[in-house]
Amino acid sequence: MNRASLPTYDRPSAAAKAPVSPSPERHKGEIRITDVVKIYGSETASIRAVDNCTFDVPAGKITVVVGPSGCGKTTLLNAIAGFHSITSGTIYLDDALLCGPGRPSAEPGPDRIVVFQNGALFPWKTIIENVAFGPMVQGRLSKKQAFEKGRAMLAEAGLRDLESNYPGEISSGMRRRVEITRALMNDPKVLLLDEPYRALDSLTKSVMHEALLETFDRNQVTIFFITHDLEEAIFLGHRVVIMTTRPCRPKKILTVDIPHPRDYSVLTTKRFREYLDETIAAVHEEALKAFAAGERER
Amino acid sequence: MKELKPMLAAGEINASLSDAPAGRSADGTDRARRVKVAAYRLRQWLSSPRPYLMLLGFGLFFAFWYLTVEVWQLPRFSQMPGPTTVISEWLSADPTYGLSIYSPEYYQHIWVSWRRVSIAFMLATATGVPLGLFLGWSLKFKEYVFPVFELLRPIPPLAWVPLAIIMFQGSETPIVFLTFLASFYATTLNTMLGVESIDVSFVRAAYCLGARRRQVFWHVIVPGAMPFIFTGLQISVGVAWFSLVAGEMVSGQYGLGYLINTSYTMVQYPTMVIGMITLGVVGYVTSAAVRIFGNYLMQWRARELAMGGEK
Repeated sequence: MNRASLPTYDRPSAAAKAPVSPSPERHKGEIRITDVVKIYGSETASIRAVDNCTFDVPAGKITVVVGPSGCGKTTLLNAIAGFHSITSGTIYLDDALLCGPGRPSAEPGPDRIVVFQNGALFPWKTIIENVAFGPMVQGRLSKKQAFEKGRAMLAEAGLRDLESNYPGEISSGMRRRVEITRALMNDPKVLLLDEPYRALDSLTKSVMHEALLETFDRNQVTIFFITHDLEEAIFLGHRVVIMTTRPCRPKKILTVDIPHPRDYSVLTTKRFREYLDETIAAVHEEALKAFAAGERER
Repeated sequence: MKELKPMLAAGEINASLSDAPAGRSADGTDRARRVKVAAYRLRQWLSSPRPYLMLLGFGLFFAFWYLTVEVWQLPRFSQMPGPTTVISEWLSADPTYGLSIYSPEYYQHIWVSWRRVSIAFMLATATGVPLGLFLGWSLKFKEYVFPVFELLRPIPPLAWVPLAIIMFQGSETPIVFLTFLASFYATTLNTMLGVESIDVSFVRAAYCLGARRRQVFWHVIVPGAMPFIFTGLQISVGVAWFSLVAGEMVSGQYGLGYLINTSYTMVQYPTMVIGMITLGVVGYVTSAAVRIFGNYLMQWRARELAMGGEK
């Protein structure tokens, strides 16, 4: 692939044959989604949420999935996480089958941790209790060890002095960062983020983006990130997968060739604008379709 | 990385709290912090119109009672004991009808009622909370149990009186049973709703983090339902007093319900009103005690609400 000519696109089918830069030194957290179909409802009244969806989430990279609201992005995430079954197709995590023939839904587990749209820190546990929860319930660490590790990880993320607060006492931006720290405590292969910054204002969002990138640079964990914010997608992603509106399947896969670590100065560069323009064109088409479909249903 | 401090409520409380090191491990500073918060709240409360409006409300109520009964002696009101009669009887060392704050019998009535309510309330909590948790947690269990529960629930405690007397021996157990019933329904139903109100994300997050089903139950379901459970317990203790009086009016030797009923039949109206007011006060105290206990158990919620209810 010619890295000099920008922007570069992969056809979805081509991408399936030749996954983009699988990390050779760390084979950890690669998700392969092949021909996944998800149909909701009965035989008679069914909604095809995901249709013949095929793409890869390369290990140790940030893959951002973009699409109009309600297009079925979250369905895909739920299938990977193990909250929902799929109708057909296969999803692999590295070499292990998560779900596929004979195994309609994956088992949720600490190798794939979800950071939820509205946040899911337990409000009845203090920050440190939340962060220590994973290793403790898994029986991997004693309470003391888990708290120690938690403190270290919070400090690393710049979240000192919060540990005895309850989630309700800290800002929503900080809650998201604690939630990501809680996930990283378990050394997951993949982080699944479902529009985690949707409810935040744009200023907080930019802080969160930089913090996420910093976390990523430190941990090199595979990130599967869902959003409908294009700037966010291009700023964060190594790959941006643009989805069609219902049924959901990749319309365009874009490799964002801006080197990491990135900071906010990237946003004003010409390259960034070019990526954005390309994406907007593709997404706008889908948004129109989604809108028209919505009109018809009414 | 930038220095990040917890965001506390704006204003004075912020300045006084943020300098204290965070951490409940440091016990001394924590107590000082709590005293400071309490003093601050008290000052806030006294400088707000709320306590004065409350006093005004009580004042208006007693004025209405006094004027209608004792001054204007409106038709139908003239039979009623006025506030001065009731209060002087209540505080008298030598009461006309034999019952005041000086008579040991008065405390006997309160004690007996209080004991019945406590036993019934504890039984209702001990059975209602687990039942509600399982109803909310297991759909299959709910399908078995809930229809029966919903059929029995609308039957008022008073309708249970005859059956209670047949089922249980003596006069004490039927009363406790009747008191228990209404409490039990309120607790069970609220606990179940509490479990159902839990955001599914919390359950999913727990599974993601490697929790097993049992751990999800103890770490997510029980604490998540806690706010509803305590709302239920407050209602439960209130309805316990309701149905207690129903039971005591039917049978029993002592108790505030019994006192009210016998004072009525013996035309001792001021004593009757003393019994009613006492019920109100004791009922309020038990309900407040449950609320305070709930706030103590749910520090996270109390602190969240102190932040202005931001979720």
